[in-house]
Amino acid sequence: MSTLEIRHLRKAFPGVIANDDVNLLVQSGETHAILGENGAGKSTLIKMISGLYQPDQGEILIDGEARRFDTPRDAIHVGIGVVHQHFMLIPALTVAENVVLGSELSKGRFQRSKTEAAVAEISRSFGLPLDPSARVRDLSVGMQQRIEIVKALYRKVRILILDEPTAVLTPQETRELFVVMRQLKAEGIPIVFISHKLEEVREIADTVTVMRLGKTVQTHPVAGTTSAQLANWMVGRDVVFSDHPPASTGIGDTLLEVDRLTVLDERKVQAVRALTFAVRAGEIYGVAGIDGNGQTELVEAIAGLRPVQSGVIRFQGRSLAKVGVRGRLRAGISYVPQDRQRDGLVLTFTLTENLMLRDLSRPFSRGGFLTRKAARQRAQELLTEFDVRPDNPSALAGSLSGGNQQKVILAREVASRPKLLIAVQPTRGLDVGAIEGIHRQLLRLRDEGNAVLLVSLELEEILALADRIAVMHAGQIITELPRDQADIETIGLAMTGERRAAVTSEEGST
Amino acid sequence: MSVVGQVFGNPELYASTLAMATPLALPALGGTFSERTGVVNIAMEGNMLVGAFFGVMIAAATHSSWLGLLAGALAGGILSLSLAWAAIRLQADQVVVGMAVNLFAAGITAFLFNTIYGPNGTPPNTPFLPTVTIPGLYQIPFIGPILGQQNVLVYIMLLLVVVSHYVLFHTTLGLRMRAVGEHPEASDTVGINVARLRYLGVFLGGLLAGLGGVFLSIGLLNSFDVGMTDGRGYIALAAMIFGKWTPLGSLGAALLFGFATALSFALQGIGISSNLVAMLPYALTIIALTGLIGRSRPPAADGIPYAPTK
Ligand SMILES: Nc1ncnc2c1ncn2[C@@H]1O[C@H](COP(=O)(O)OP(=O)(O)O)[C@@H](O)[C@H]1O
Ligand SMILES: [Mg+2]
Repeated sequence: MSTLEIRHLRKAFPGVIANDDVNLLVQSGETHAILGENGAGKSTLIKMISGLYQPDQGEILIDGEARRFDTPRDAIHVGIGVVHQHFMLIPALTVAENVVLGSELSKGRFQRSKTEAAVAEISRSFGLPLDPSARVRDLSVGMQQRIEIVKALYRKVRILILDEPTAVLTPQETRELFVVMRQLKAEGIPIVFISHKLEEVREIADTVTVMRLGKTVQTHPVAGTTSAQLANWMVGRDVVFSDHPPASTGIGDTLLEVDRLTVLDERKVQAVRALTFAVRAGEIYGVAGIDGNGQTELVEAIAGLRPVQSGVIRFQGRSLAKVGVRGRLRAGISYVPQDRQRDGLVLTFTLTENLMLRDLSRPFSRGGFLTRKAARQRAQELLTEFDVRPDNPSALAGSLSGGNQQKVILAREVASRPKLLIAVQPTRGLDVGAIEGIHRQLLRLRDEGNAVLLVSLELEEILALADRIAVMHAGQIITELPRDQADIETIGLAMTGERRAAVTSEEGST
Repeated sequence: MSVVGQVFGNPELYASTLAMATPLALPALGGTFSERTGVVNIAMEGNMLVGAFFGVMIAAATHSSWLGLLAGALAGGILSLSLAWAAIRLQADQVVVGMAVNLFAAGITAFLFNTIYGPNGTPPNTPFLPTVTIPGLYQIPFIGPILGQQNVLVYIMLLLVVVSHYVLFHTTLGLRMRAVGEHPEASDTVGINVARLRYLGVFLGGLLAGLGGVFLSIGLLNSFDVGMTDGRGYIALAAMIFGKWTPLGSLGAALLFGFATALSFALQGIGISSNLVAMLPYALTIIALTGLIGRSRPPAADGIPYAPTK
């Protein structure tokens, strides 16, 4: 039906050339993946196509005709629908209001019931069931993405662009998304699918364009490529895939003990229910599970950010009941939170300042005064060691891409030489290169005789790192296995709540 | 009858409540429009003050209280555009600019008042906004004296509350205004002109605050005095917050605060300090903000400038 062509597009921000000679041809009816590391310039490209940014140079052609999008309205008008990486939904409004906003049925009165009927109709006809009168703030991430897609469909989308749609989804939700994408493709809607996950690109796309450092470096039919090839184009060097980590070199004493712990969530519902486990020095203890099964509450309770309803948390044999966040840090517990922008960094501070946040003792301060030079020097070392880009200690944290922000947090936490590092989704949304680097640091920490409590929704990540694997479901650990007895099927099944007994019996019956 | 019965059984108390609530409800309504689109409007006080002054001045000059009303409202609206421009175009700190606007309004109205009228004060022949009696309603016992006879601006205020509620929650325009105050970037991506709606919100805020000032000068007190708004703009903001940024809630809070004022007048006769009652609006607002009686949540982008990258 429609084609999208990009010619020599360029966009510079102060200090960064985000897009530099970007070329792209999306044929009608195809699913075209744009693959690139974090910071490669994918979102910038999309924002130009959607009229949010103005290109410095170059052309955007729809059906062969050069177009200029001064505002998003112009782009919507020619049928470009974008699901942005950070959803553009208004939590306080309803699903229907969000879907039609800006393109309402009529100018004067807001026709609520007609609008809701129209939204229900579209969502039904595309197999994306939604409750039009629900408030967006009450819905899961997967649902919210569905709203974004329905939003595009409501506007009669002719080209659908999805910016990293799977980064925030559970494996199940990703599968559902792919079903929807195939259906849209069958309707003849060309899809631009942005991702940094090789397997996904290979699964869903017909053609792939690889971006690196603001440039499009390759366009290739997916059928003729291998993952290794894609990864190499993406990072510009050879990437080694290691799916089995070197085993732990030596297990030490029990460091963290969680004993019949019960924790409440915001709604005062038991999110963690009488949960018991222990983590020992020299091991990575991986907690797998579908999002929302109590992982967040468990981790926050251990970090001292959330009150304990009942049960005990012990660290090196000592109860933490009366120990605050600061005391836990001092005892050697480090925490890399999930929402790095909100919890992990002060975005308006420099990298040096952020790296110091954790530890303001000497040599970074003397007698209550900061010693800038020492701090800057230490920051420079850490940035280099953790391969943060740019490795400029004076850069503001907010100016970094997500992957690099995550590296900064990890650098800060690892540099404090914790005995126990709690890492929640440490590589969420990161690219191959960054994931590799972060995994290496976690393994190093372990090999130096420390413990890591790794909570991740990415099963592959758990399998790649953990020495022991626990699966959380409904606030409890329902399965705990050593790495060598775990495989993706067993764990995947446990994640849905099937107990080990059920797993074995099913295996027995087949 | 007991003293309590004398105070609370008197329809006068409730009629006066309605009158006292009007100069709070109008700017609270205005603040609701402004903040719903995402601009914190601490300049209500200043907008009221210019409204009060120009209301008197134009009414006196043209011998028409209606032209005075129009002029006062417009003065508030126009002054508020300075806040809008600084907040939206320059992305300045809205609280700082709001304070500056208030200081400017206090200065300019004092200057103009003294220059134009000198020591004589408001011209004695300044026309006032009429008091209206609604025939059928006025005859009803108890209710009649409360609702049946009020200044015309009281009725206009009640009408504006209903209209504002309809506009904000039942029209496409209102939906877009709220969207812009919750998440300007999301609104931008669906083609909504964020700046335009924010200007509109702040301007409506100024108009309504100006009307509130008009009510003070040619509705309630029948004169202009330097600094006559006496913090009502801030109490109106408190009413807006207490009313959860809704027109109906703002009216409710304004009535409550108005009742407190009316009561303090009534109690003065029997020797209870009015200072205690004057504290009520602020105490209630703090309670509302701490969430003791259902949390009051501001629009998500309230006070945050929107700076799109281009
Ligand atoms: N609004 C902006 N201002 C300054 N720099 C930006 C802005 N948006 C993106 N960048 C920079 O441009 C580069 C590309 O970013 P982005 O397009 O988000 O990459 P990707 O989506 O591929 O991860 C990054 O270095 C990022 O820091
Ligand atoms: Mg991106």
